[in-house]
Amino acid sequence: MNPNHGEDASGAGRRKFFARLSIGAGAFGALLVAFPVAGFLIAPLLRGIKERWRPVGPVSNFKVAETVEVSYEDASPLPWAGVTGKTAAWLRRDSDTQFTAFSVNCTHLGCPVRWISDANLFMCPCHGGVYYSNGNVAAGPPPHPLTQYSVRVRNGNVEILTGPTPIT
Amino acid sequence: MRSVLKRVWLWFDDRTGLSKALGPIMRHPVPPKSGWMYVFGTATLFAFLVQVATGIALATAYNSSTGEAYKSLEWISHQATLGHLLRGMHYFGASAMILFVGIHMIRVFLTGSYKFPREVNWLSGVVLLALTLLMGFTGQLLRWDQGGVWSTIVAAEQAGRTPFIGHWLARFILGGQTVGGATLSRFFAFHVFFIPGLIFLVVGFHLYLVIQNGISEPPKAGRPVDPKTYRAWYQDLIQRRGVPFWPEAAWRDALFGAGVIAGIFVLGWFLGAPELKGPPDLTILKASPRPDWYLLWYFAIMAQLPHGSEAYLILLLPLLAAVVLILVPLVANRGERSPSRRPWSIAIVIMIVLSVGTFWVAGKHSPWSPDFDATPLHAQIIGSSNSEVVQGAKLFHEKACEYCHTIAGQGGQRGPDLTDVATRLTPEQMTIRILNGAKNMPAYAGSLQANELNAILAFLKTRDGMSR
Repeated sequence: MNPNHGEDASGAGRRKFFARLSIGAGAFGALLVAFPVAGFLIAPLLRGIKERWRPVGPVSNFKVAETVEVSYEDASPLPWAGVTGKTAAWLRRDSDTQFTAFSVNCTHLGCPVRWISDANLFMCPCHGGVYYSNGNVAAGPPPHPLTQYSVRVRNGNVEILTGPTPIT
Repeated sequence: MRSVLKRVWLWFDDRTGLSKALGPIMRHPVPPKSGWMYVFGTATLFAFLVQVATGIALATAYNSSTGEAYKSLEWISHQATLGHLLRGMHYFGASAMILFVGIHMIRVFLTGSYKFPREVNWLSGVVLLALTLLMGFTGQLLRWDQGGVWSTIVAAEQAGRTPFIGHWLARFILGGQTVGGATLSRFFAFHVFFIPGLIFLVVGFHLYLVIQNGISEPPKAGRPVDPKTYRAWYQDLIQRRGVPFWPEAAWRDALFGAGVIAGIFVLGWFLGAPELKGPPDLTILKASPRPDWYLLWYFAIMAQLPHGSEAYLILLLPLLAAVVLILVPLVANRGERSPSRRPWSIAIVIMIVLSVGTFWVAGKHSPWSPDFDATPLHAQIIGSSNSEVVQGAKLFHEKACEYCHTIAGQGGQRGPDLTDVATRLTPEQMTIRILNGAKNMPAYAGSLQANELNAILAFLKTRDGMSR
């Protein structure tokens, strides 16, 4: 084979064209594959935030001034989510009609805070974050107060508005 | 029979040209006396191959469904034939990979092997280091027990600190708004397909560069690298004194690699992988997530960052580490290679090993975490029958003081040991501290009654360090 075969002005142009055509065809094929792959992976980000009111028990279950753990189903768990389809929250009955719900996720790195009722504190097991009963930071590295969820009372039931895992 | 096999091989080799293509690569000349310092790269590769083989075996039984993974892991660990050994080998294979990738990097740094013309060897190694750590993180998460599921949240929170796109990244990691059905399959696909695929590619490139640029000769003080003359000098060296890689140098790699695999096997058999820590139920809040040993030092750094700075440092620290590692061969690609002429390289390695080691030990003890298991103080420790003192000791436990303060060896370590606090602080100073708190201590002004405070003070006033 003579590598210089056709190496005149028109031959050089021909090769340039074929080179570009090949690269273009490859890029086109790659794009066709990348579109569904990338789209599929980022689809969860594009879906709007789903929120749903979830009942966590009748009002009479909760004593005034007590903070207890409640758990409820996420907004729209996939059928195979199993136990991970549930979220927990710390719920306190402030008065006859008032409730406050705190996210269990420490605002430092998301570890589960525990309510220590005698001390009136939320404490995190990971890096030593501590919060007061109103969710404000009492000690340690957390940058923000505990996130709160909306709570309402409907037909004698306490309901919590599901929300995304708080990312601080 | 042998002659038949030989004829088959000759036919196959003739049609494929394999020995003609691979023989020269296997026998490519390498500098003499490369020695035992050069085995850690292949040791890492061998550990990776153990991971591939044991990982494929585990994947045949692992169920990557968020709801079922834990059950399949319990079955693999406790019922499946050889499942315990496989999980153990996969765990210690990961440990070996991380250990040897670190040792290999230290060796290359100390002997200046990253210098001209091997800068890209080093850079591709940095990529492999990052991929190895990512494999370690995603792997411990696939255990999908309590630790695993909380790790995904910790990962999402950290990614969430990225400016502008943080929230998107966090949702991308979780596969949605919360941990759920999509989360685990995502990590599974990354751990099993995507990252290993990248590792194969980059390892191939890394090995190609080792052949292309040649194995660095053992350094000698007073023989600096000069990019103008090095290549010609190296060619001359291996032409005059080079020995064939196979088997003159390869035997050490093979022997050490086999030793590594034997170590992985023995540890996997006798110690096994970490026990599963309960189902991935995010409503069980009595969880204390901890990373596996190879990331404990990072966990400790996260606890020790100065308050307020961590929002930035969480991202800046890894970024800074990456930039420094990338800059190493770009700013220092010439000159002396011998560690004896580069004392700073030794100092830097000692400093990094000591820092990581210190953080590692700190992570193991994690004194900043409250000791939720602290039990009420014994009468013997209280050492008084005064009812107010006894009441104060009871409150010391109930009000969670003991979770963070030690008395007579009992309690948490977040705050100062209060065994002899009465010799250091007056009751007034104690009162101010208890009511106002400090950076790492809650203020109790809002939650203590006057009589409770008095009881705690009465108790603390008896803490003079004398054993009772």
